[in-house]
Amino acid sequence: MAEAAAAAAPKPAVSFLKIPKDGAPYLEGVKCGACGEVFVGVDRTSCAACGARGKMETVKLADKGKLYNFTIVHRNFPGVPVPFVSAIVDLDGGGTLKGNLLDVNPVPDAIKFDMPVKVVIQDAGRKDKEGNSYLAYFFKPA
Amino acid sequence: MSDVYVVGVDMIKFGRFPDRTVPNIGAEAALMALDDCGLTIQDMQALYCGNLYESSAAVGQRVLREIGQTGIPVVNVANACATGATAFREGWMAIKAGVYDTVLCVGVEQMGKGLLGGGGGGGGISTEGLLGSGTMPSVFAHVGLEHSRKYGTTFEQFAKVSVKNHHHSTLNPKAMYQVETPLQEVMGAEMISYPNTKLMCSVNVDGSAAAVLMSEKKAKEKGLMSRAVRVRASAMASDPYTPRNFAMMDFNAVTRLAAKSAYEMAGLGPQDVNLVELHDCFATAELVHYENLGLCGEGKAGEFIDSGATTLGGKVPVNVSGGLLSKGHPLGATGIANIYEIATHLRGEAGARQVEGARIGLTHVVGAGSACAVHVLEKVS
Repeated sequence: MAEAAAAAAPKPAVSFLKIPKDGAPYLEGVKCGACGEVFVGVDRTSCAACGARGKMETVKLADKGKLYNFTIVHRNFPGVPVPFVSAIVDLDGGGTLKGNLLDVNPVPDAIKFDMPVKVVIQDAGRKDKEGNSYLAYFFKPA
Repeated sequence: MSDVYVVGVDMIKFGRFPDRTVPNIGAEAALMALDDCGLTIQDMQALYCGNLYESSAAVGQRVLREIGQTGIPVVNVANACATGATAFREGWMAIKAGVYDTVLCVGVEQMGKGLLGGGGGGGGISTEGLLGSGTMPSVFAHVGLEHSRKYGTTFEQFAKVSVKNHHHSTLNPKAMYQVETPLQEVMGAEMISYPNTKLMCSVNVDGSAAAVLMSEKKAKEKGLMSRAVRVRASAMASDPYTPRNFAMMDFNAVTRLAAKSAYEMAGLGPQDVNLVELHDCFATAELVHYENLGLCGEGKAGEFIDSGATTLGGKVPVNVSGGLLSKGHPLGATGIANIYEIATHLRGEAGARQVEGARIGLTHVVGAGSACAVHVLEKVS
């Protein structure tokens, strides 16, 4: 019974998506205590930006940001629904990550650089071979 | 320290050879490069072999099984799309250090068809198309649109790169494709990742290229100076930290670092370069590298392609070989194939696509991860 319950709980699609027992899921990063650089979800002890050792502190990443860059993907691997918008978002407070931008018309004119977006964490719509479901992060216009 | 010279260099016509092995394909270019300078495998003191997809399988030693197991040291190199150039550079460095006088450098790759990249992590679910796209056409679409964001570069300007390079390829019998593609055809081709259409993506092909490098003393002793090409600079870089590293692979800062080192080593600037073979894995990439290599001012790449400066006959022809877009991009071979192209022009042997009066040429490759290599070659005499 316990196994069935565990299998039913969604897993994170990436390691830096945290699902607390109580409370809303969020994205996690680390911040260098020496230079202040924020990194998305990396588990490391030294800073890639300044090389400082042992200064990394875990931080909760913002759920809002701005669209830095995008592409509209029309051809992908079999089974991946197209078109979709691959977006690169600068999160408020630091950290840049790539994800799908939802709720926009996938044509160049409909997508504006620097448009405000929010981070939404929801069902990934994909399951693994064992049938486990997953939570993933997405962007939506804010 | 002695200057290092390319005395023999060649490449096979790129294509698809599913019935051959990687070492067999590599051996063909190795023998062609040896023939180009009239030497044999017995004259070689070491082999530097670049290959990516069989990098754990002693490709260099297996090349020697095809052309002569002389017992020389073999170094196998894998370094993303800079693999071939890295092998070349290791050979250059060994001669520069005085360890050898004569070495052979081979780059070889056998590719499948289809999209590269986007594999995602092991276990769980694939994140491709879920958390954005990591395919190479998408990664380089992001590179291009970053330029659009900063400078307003248009889809049409990116597409012009393909028109130009495919035009150049019609003059290169060793290119995989030798077909003119007018602008409307490039822009109207199947959209892969906006703004890269299918005709703006490089071709996955099989191929090999090889070079024989020599110290000045040895080249003179062997009477090989008349067709020799001097390696004026060999530089590499890895990607320095940039704030968007996690989401966007860096191809710009890494290229700028390598180019700066190369120009400093050569004692030259971009204004001295007569032709360039740069890493046009996608049409979007070529434009950003105009600026990264200093060929035009910041933000001017769009105008630069519009002006015709980089077309054969222009101020600084770029990818006269047809580039990766039409010559093809066998990952491990590419870095040495573009050395071949530049050397051929400096020797005045490029036929219909000859850049007249070429004295200085530059090669550039940059691989995901990131690894960049820049070489500056000079005509002797």
